[in-house]
Amino acid sequence: MSGTSTYVPKSALGKWFESRLPIIGLVHSSFVAYPTPRNLNYLWTFGAILSFMLAAQIVTGVILAMHYVPQANLAFDSVEHIMRDVNYGWLLRYLHSNGASMFFFAVYAHIFRGIYYGSYKAPREVLWILGVIIYLLMMATAFMGYVLPWGQMSFWGATVITNLFSAIPLVGKSIATWLWGGYAVGDPTLNRFFSLHYLLPFMIAGVVVLHVWALHVVGQNNPDGVEVKNVARDTVAFTPYATLKDVFGLAVFLIVYAWFVFYIPNYLGDADNYIKANPLQTPARIVPEWYLLPFYAILRAIPNKLLGVIALFSAIALLAFLPWLDTSPVRSAKYRPVFRVFFWAFVAVCLGLGWLGSQEITDAYVLAARILAICYFAFFLVVLPLLGLLETTRPLPPSIADAVLARTKGGSANVAVGPAEKSAV
Amino acid sequence: MIRLRTIALASAALLGFAAFAPAGFAANEQPSPPPANEAKQGASQPTPPTEAGEEQPSPTRQSWSFSGLFGTYDQAQLQRGFKVYHDVCANCHSLSIPFRTLSDPTGPGFSDAQVKALAATYQVTDTEPNDKGEYAKRPGRPSDLIPGPYPNPEAAAAALGKAPPDMSTLVKARKYERGFPWFIFDALPFDQYQEVGADYVYAVLNGYTKADDLNWNLYYPGHKIAMPKPLSDGQVDYTDGTPTTVAQYARDVVSFLYWASEPTLVERKKIGMRVMVFLIVLSALLYFTKKRVWEKAH
Repeated sequence: MSGTSTYVPKSALGKWFESRLPIIGLVHSSFVAYPTPRNLNYLWTFGAILSFMLAAQIVTGVILAMHYVPQANLAFDSVEHIMRDVNYGWLLRYLHSNGASMFFFAVYAHIFRGIYYGSYKAPREVLWILGVIIYLLMMATAFMGYVLPWGQMSFWGATVITNLFSAIPLVGKSIATWLWGGYAVGDPTLNRFFSLHYLLPFMIAGVVVLHVWALHVVGQNNPDGVEVKNVARDTVAFTPYATLKDVFGLAVFLIVYAWFVFYIPNYLGDADNYIKANPLQTPARIVPEWYLLPFYAILRAIPNKLLGVIALFSAIALLAFLPWLDTSPVRSAKYRPVFRVFFWAFVAVCLGLGWLGSQEITDAYVLAARILAICYFAFFLVVLPLLGLLETTRPLPPSIADAVLARTKGGSANVAVGPAEKSAV
Repeated sequence: MIRLRTIALASAALLGFAAFAPAGFAANEQPSPPPANEAKQGASQPTPPTEAGEEQPSPTRQSWSFSGLFGTYDQAQLQRGFKVYHDVCANCHSLSIPFRTLSDPTGPGFSDAQVKALAATYQVTDTEPNDKGEYAKRPGRPSDLIPGPYPNPEAAAAALGKAPPDMSTLVKARKYERGFPWFIFDALPFDQYQEVGADYVYAVLNGYTKADDLNWNLYYPGHKIAMPKPLSDGQVDYTDGTPTTVAQYARDVVSFLYWASEPTLVERKKIGMRVMVFLIVLSALLYFTKKRVWEKAH
């Protein structure tokens, strides 16, 4: 989606078409000739994995929608109908419900990789913010999708989350009523959530196109965090190099995905969601899906509802400001020894919040959740701004090729052969 | 390369650890159901802390024919379980599954004639009016859902005080807290503990330990359960010589209910094995292809 295309159509038809709509050239320059840094590790395969997961969710979702009934009295039974009577309905549903979890697993790997290697820093701020928007849309889509089976956790999860909006002063109550289409979560809520759950993935796809476009303008970051200086020495062509690596990464990822779908399909779901929604009976514990737990813990750590909601949303919104909160000129944690320690501490804080989000509220729980929530915000608001000013970073390699050479010292590092040139063929 | 090797080593170590974790793969190897007191359990597994004041022990882990990588349903057991359901549970609980599924060859495997005869013993009200505008009653057909004992949950609640839950997803809808770190091992190959609901229901059916209070249950949260002790020894006749004890009834009916909530389990695990083998071979081939191609770039 950038750069001049090196694609030269060979056939007369190809030439005729290319001069009218240069789409083959666009694809060629984006996914064949596109130079990728030669030092990318397997964490960079999650971009391709995420694209695959989005497509997989849309395909399975569209088919499920052919059999699902978005009606409060029928939704639960229609899901059981899919599980029992539709040919391979159980497979489609397990692929879709576990697919959501795998999608989030991949997106967290992708986001934490971005933080570790400083991928949000100039000139990739817009690329990063587009990513945060995709993440937000994903959370909204997943939340609404979880409501559709109309089990107990669907219903009460929807009640808790939509009630958050009622905390907004003055207009909160009206907003909640407007979201519900009534005075509580009910049939109109289910209908609009189904409609939006069908719509949002296509909006995600749209932002993904922008995300990839922005990526291809500024180029990929890499584990050493130094820009490409010499395309021939520092990069390899997207195809076959990155393509093959991505496909291998995807295949390994699919093994994990298949494990969940075929052997532990209900492991990540809540047992309560196999009970039909009952507005008169609150479950003993209302828990969101695992991927939202850290934010749920932050919400519950704060006694005031409005402040809790503000903390919840700012915990997500802060991500968008990372490019400016992190003041260090060095991107990669490889060359930032102190940042690296804080990074892993931050990962531990997120995991800890996630665990707390699934637990019952006790005094010890509230205390732990408050401490971890403070750590979460401190990472963004205190550690990152100060670290850039105080940390002594390690010397950066002069180029990507030098970094690769230094690592494979003794081996045959044949960086002089620039596959980028070959790719022009 | 080195990093990949480290990951491989770490995951191998993790898998090895999982294999030796309590209640490991040994649980998968006995398809025939042993009596309750012989049931395998995570002996070294501590009871997770429960809320103060309402101490109830965690259910013990049972050995089920349908657990593990190659788990399947035991047809004779499901047929016995169906009998327990039919003679006991069905007096209060509905089970909203079609009669025809009872002939599922990987499930109870009743013959089509048996299912037809069974369906005909029920009276079903048509959901559409006939040509006289009446909702006719007729004998059930295999395509009908098994009618419940009450027309709706409200009628059941009026008669029994509380509406008994429908049993079509009952076992999947029950759980007990596994706690950290056990819940992680539960997801891993060889341990793969996905029968928490079955173990919980089995424990509850065996948990009526106070003879003077039939609504007291050892395993039910808070101990006060609305369902009075449903099973007693010798209540249901078995024709195949299986012991007619509460523990055996509980084991059989829970297996039947597990099938009712997850009728595609056998097909799922069979397809799963093919998919896993395919993906592992594919990954290996892709890895060597990738390595070969990248040799030129290094």
